[in-house]
Amino acid sequence: MLDIQVCEQGFDPWHELATFQQHPDFAAGKSGANAVFVGTMRDFNEGDTVQAMTLEHYPAMTTRQLQTLVQETVTRFRLDHVLLRHRVGAIRPGDPIVLVAVWSAHRAAGFDACRQIMETLKHNAPFWKRETLSDGSLRWVERNTAG
Amino acid sequence: MSIRVLFFASLREQLGRPQAEVAWQPEMTASQVWCLATGQTRLPGNVLVACNQEYCRGESLIDDAAEVAFFPPVTGG
Repeated sequence: MLDIQVCEQGFDPWHELATFQQHPDFAAGKSGANAVFVGTMRDFNEGDTVQAMTLEHYPAMTTRQLQTLVQETVTRFRLDHVLLRHRVGAIRPGDPIVLVAVWSAHRAAGFDACRQIMETLKHNAPFWKRETLSDGSLRWVERNTAG
Repeated sequence: MSIRVLFFASLREQLGRPQAEVAWQPEMTASQVWCLATGQTRLPGNVLVACNQEYCRGESLIDDAAEVAFFPPVTGG
């Protein structure tokens, strides 16, 4: 089961996880591993204090890119389920930006698949961040951190 | 017989508009779409391109009625 959403409002990753696992597909208990990554906004970047951020995206392409990268990962690692959330709009430090959760038979596939989805998303999915610094000035984030 | 052109993020702000429209021509490349839409002479190396929501290259041929998007490196996640 795949559940991919771009969220224009804030989301609670743990609530999303709990809700997703209510689905009858989880009843059989066939997955032996569940790897979860939550990315949140931090209050610093490039040596500056960041007080807020706006996430922009290219909606039609975002949907296609996320579906493609998740499907490729499911096939490669034989995943049972994937839950993916990504925030857009105005956010503040501590707010969740992204949730990647994968379910697999064994832990190695779970860890590796979770990482692959995150790295592919960061390199390919058309999202852009614009920071508001402590003096109120705006700055586009020009590159990803090394991870 | 036209191409819908989209600009995102810092590129949109630099160019001062979110979209443009250019007339389609046979054998047209993404770089030529950029030049017609912006008035610039070449596609900058750090600009990413997508045609109909899939990544493509500057030399990729563009079909009529396509949606071509130009944007800076992505920074999601």
